Amino acid sequence: MGSGGSSAAQIPDADNIRRETGFSQASLLRLYHRFRALDRNKKGYLSRVDLQQIGALAVNPLGDRIIDSFFPDGSLRVDFPDFVRVLAHFRPVDEDTGTRDPNEPEPLNSRMNKLRFAFQLYDLDRDGKISRHEMLQVLRLMVGVQVTEEQLESIADRTVQEADEDGDGAVSFLEFTKSLEKMNIEQKMSIRILK
Amino acid sequence: MEKGLSGLRGRDFELSDVFYFSKKGLEAIVEDEVTQRFSSEELVSWNLLTRTNVNFQYISLRLTMVWVLGVIVRYCVLLPLRVMLAFIGISLLVIGTTLVGQLPDSSLKSWLSELVHLTCCRICVRALSGTIHYHNKQYRPQKGGICVANHTSPIDVLILTVDGCYAMVGQVHGGLMGIIQRAMVKACPHVWFERSEMKDRHLVTKRLKEHIADKKKLPILIFPEGTCINNTSVMMFKKGSFEIGGTIYPVAIKYNPQFGDAFWNSSKYNMVSYLLRMMTSWAIVCDVWYLPPMTREEGEDAVQFANRVKSAIAVQGGLTELPWDGGLKRAKVKDTFREEQQKNYSKMIVGNGSLNSELG
Repeated sequence: MGSGGSSAAQIPDADNIRRETGFSQASLLRLYHRFRALDRNKKGYLSRVDLQQIGALAVNPLGDRIIDSFFPDGSLRVDFPDFVRVLAHFRPVDEDTGTRDPNEPEPLNSRMNKLRFAFQLYDLDRDGKISRHEMLQVLRLMVGVQVTEEQLESIADRTVQEADEDGDGAVSFLEFTKSLEKMNIEQKMSIRILK
Repeated sequence: MEKGLSGLRGRDFELSDVFYFSKKGLEAIVEDEVTQRFSSEELVSWNLLTRTNVNFQYISLRLTMVWVLGVIVRYCVLLPLRVMLAFIGISLLVIGTTLVGQLPDSSLKSWLSELVHLTCCRICVRALSGTIHYHNKQYRPQKGGICVANHTSPIDVLILTVDGCYAMVGQVHGGLMGIIQRAMVKACPHVWFERSEMKDRHLVTKRLKEHIADKKKLPILIFPEGTCINNTSVMMFKKGSFEIGGTIYPVAIKYNPQFGDAFWNSSKYNMVSYLLRMMTSWAIVCDVWYLPPMTREEGEDAVQFANRVKSAIAVQGGLTELPWDGGLKRAKVKDTFREEQQKNYSKMIVGNGSLNSELG
């Protein structure tokens, strides 16, 4: 019977969100329903607990970091526009980037912004650099108790050394992007159903 | 996981490995396997019930007229008939079992109680316009065994009891349910627990063991998922039922969603509104497959046995298998699952890392 045009009216400020994030009408509606489904007590916003209830996210080693990215600057609630803005980073890249107006702000799902999202998963203190300590922390999250401290430190040291060009012992955002220039970011950081 | 993490070189840690986990995490936020199992299945084509039409949109006058006609038929013709039948069925059940309960224990009593149970359940199923198709009747659960099935709604019990008598296991309720429970237990031994007793797993196991040890008693009916799932998948079977011993008779129940949605979303609807929805659907059509009996093998623990039974039921019913616990809709997931993911990842980066350092 087709996804209803009548329900899109429920989404507050839908046009602005669509312009900012580039989601199609159908995707936005889908995300709105998902937002409502996750918001169990019908508060109108999501809290950390709502996201932690998702089983597959709770078992994800980086689950807490991912949840953190929804709550920047210590905020405790995420409303629908902010929810969609974070998810917009994972929208597949548009085919026709050539015709983009250079005066408009970069779309949220550009390669740079995807990399920025990944960078801030590492950079907890938001100082623009991934220190060796921060690298260790993320590694520790991903391996749990399975790996010894020494092995983990050697992996972290090697990774920082390889990426670090100016020798300050930390990986800045530019160094991060340089070490990943051959990587197909568009594919690795895109969720297809979010067209 | 290996496929998702294929990098430029070997399997050492890469800065980009974080992409894999973050993508998985965000995918889970957009849609996860578990949450969607607790809402009704979406139909491919509409069956003229607004409740199953998620994206309502006006298409044509003719369709609306047909739908209005459907509403009239369902609410004004079918509903009163069904309510009447249900009333008759339940009253007969209560009266019948109380009368049979007066008799002294004998084979006559068990035969009569079976007759009463079967007749009343058949009336109640008719009250829902249930059309049930039984397959492989030769594997029907025998006395002294445990019958295990996937759970979609309280109606599962009715559907199974139409074809044979079972001893039910459950909590003592108040109200109408309580009256029915007390009446039923007079005629034949069911296993009803007080709420406080349910917490004590040893007590529960002991009573169930005693029940199946008596070969004259009816097979116990258990739903190991512990909660209602929407009939598209089978979730984790709790191992408690599989520790009792005895023969397990698996049964797969699959409803046909075209005629009516049988799933009970207990957070959305209470029992009365659920029954009303059932009685105003077109019909309840389902298939019941009896599977060959299974017993726990040597060296198999309860969890493995539970998974084996779960797979058999899922395959027969055409349902997907999920390792998740149905209780997730109320509680948090265990840390052991996260540790498994971490273990898999570590094996990859450290397993190869040490190899490289030996060569390099």
